[in-house]
Amino acid sequence: MTGRTNRLEALHAWLLLLPAMALLVLFTHWPAVGTFIDSFYSTPRGRRRSIFVGLDNYQQMVADPIFWQSLTNNLWYALGTIPVSIALALLMAVWVNDRIAGRALVRMAYFTPTVLPMIAVANIWLFFYTPQYGLLEQVLGAFGVPAHNWLGSPDTALACVIVVTIWKEAGFFMIFYLAALQQISPVLAEAASLEGASRWTYFRRVQFPLLMPTTLFVLVNAVINAFRTVDHIIVMTRGGPDNATSLLLFYIYEVGFKFWDSAYAAALTVVLLALLAAVALGQYVFLERRVHYR
Amino acid sequence: MTARAPSIPYQPRGFGLALETAGAWLLALIWLLPLLYAFWTAFHPSAYATRFDLTAPLTLENFVAAWNAAPFARYFLNTFALVTLILACQFVLCTLAAYAFARFEFKGRDVAFLLVLLQLMIMPDVLIVENYRTMGKLGILDSIPAIALPYVASAFGIFLMRQTFKAVPRELDDAARVEGAGPLQILLKVYVPLARPIYIAYGLVSVSYHWNNFLWPLIVTNSVEARPLTVGLQVFSSTDQGVDWSIICAATLMTSAPLLIGFLLFQRQFVQSFMRAGIR
Repeated sequence: MTGRTNRLEALHAWLLLLPAMALLVLFTHWPAVGTFIDSFYSTPRGRRRSIFVGLDNYQQMVADPIFWQSLTNNLWYALGTIPVSIALALLMAVWVNDRIAGRALVRMAYFTPTVLPMIAVANIWLFFYTPQYGLLEQVLGAFGVPAHNWLGSPDTALACVIVVTIWKEAGFFMIFYLAALQQISPVLAEAASLEGASRWTYFRRVQFPLLMPTTLFVLVNAVINAFRTVDHIIVMTRGGPDNATSLLLFYIYEVGFKFWDSAYAAALTVVLLALLAAVALGQYVFLERRVHYR
Repeated sequence: MTARAPSIPYQPRGFGLALETAGAWLLALIWLLPLLYAFWTAFHPSAYATRFDLTAPLTLENFVAAWNAAPFARYFLNTFALVTLILACQFVLCTLAAYAFARFEFKGRDVAFLLVLLQLMIMPDVLIVENYRTMGKLGILDSIPAIALPYVASAFGIFLMRQTFKAVPRELDDAARVEGAGPLQILLKVYVPLARPIYIAYGLVSVSYHWNNFLWPLIVTNSVEARPLTVGLQVFSSTDQGVDWSIICAATLMTSAPLLIGFLLFQRQFVQSFMRAGIR
């Protein structure tokens, strides 16, 4: 009897799962496996069918300077956006958590970029950066700084894109810190002040450690975003000038949908997936250690 | 809380508070600057686009020009259909799957759940090449369902609902069962009503994500009939017909307006939803 009810329950469960699972397999699992397989084949062109080419695509990749540049750009981009946006988010949260005048308005100002589409953000900043009459040039010009084409020169283009990402992301991360700060018991602050700890000590020794889980969560999100968002690249620079702002996913998009070389794009995607897997693994290992530590 | 505020330690007072307030306001101003600049340009004649003059006349001409220069009405309709389709399907699929994970014992449950969680790492945003090919094989390239399909079974949604359903007391479940309700009835009568705040939170996050999504729709659509707002805006602003920033700014603000206004009206719900959906 119980055996039958168990089997019935299992049947029900799988029926409930079926629609979601089918779509997940079709649009996540299978494409991931398919990407891996395709990276060992050539791109079918016209009447030429795709054939097994072993590691050819990967050899092409190793010899491809644009791939290496996109990868290094992406690492610099991650390194430039993540620490600054997290630090700013924390600062914003601490400020907005205090009883400053008009803090609702301030909080709104910080959070607003989050609800805008990345492409709208990119358009707004494109205008902001415009040579000669953009706001940035006007302000800097007033201070006597010589004219400079910020997005048009390879030295500054990536930094400009990094600023845009920080602007868009910091307010989003702020709300997680704000929520975590509000959950810290006021008793801790009272105890710390009885001990005569300075505000900085209280922040460094009490608040910051208690915010660690939030920092980890935000960090993982920031890393993933650094590798999966290229909307602003497409709008602002198209990877230029001279590939100075080409990120990995943007390069995949170019190879796959401008040059229509799907096999090479698959090999590049494998690298991106490996990077994301490393992030997930790192998060897992870090969490494990933290649990043991406790 | 305000009554005993002075006794809270580490709340800045006097000069410290003034300094902190100044810093916070300065940063807020810097944060709003690019947006204010876009507003200024959009609401003034293009002669004043980069010239700041308090006496400059306000105008809606730029919005009219943008609206007439591209089929934005159609784009709005497409985006509206897209987010509605995605949200409706997500609600149904994620609810069913989450219910199975939360309240059923069966072989392979943990493996299946792990397979679902895999999508948190391998997002559809990254699998553009293969998914494009799949849509081609299905013969639905350049359609709204093609934009929606990869996102419909959302690991994030399933995870969020599962956590919520797990927190529902078993007693309610048992009581309904004693009264002779089947699994689906229990789901609809007990679980779904109790999870309402989570549905709202998830809905807000999902709608803002897909309203703003760009890369995949850009790849998979090709015509005015399927293009969502974001792609339409890009097509409109990247054609080199002598860049008129006033009109582009107007178009940009127009496409973001529904979310922006929604956010300003329901700030608390927006922030809480993003928080709830993130922290879980």
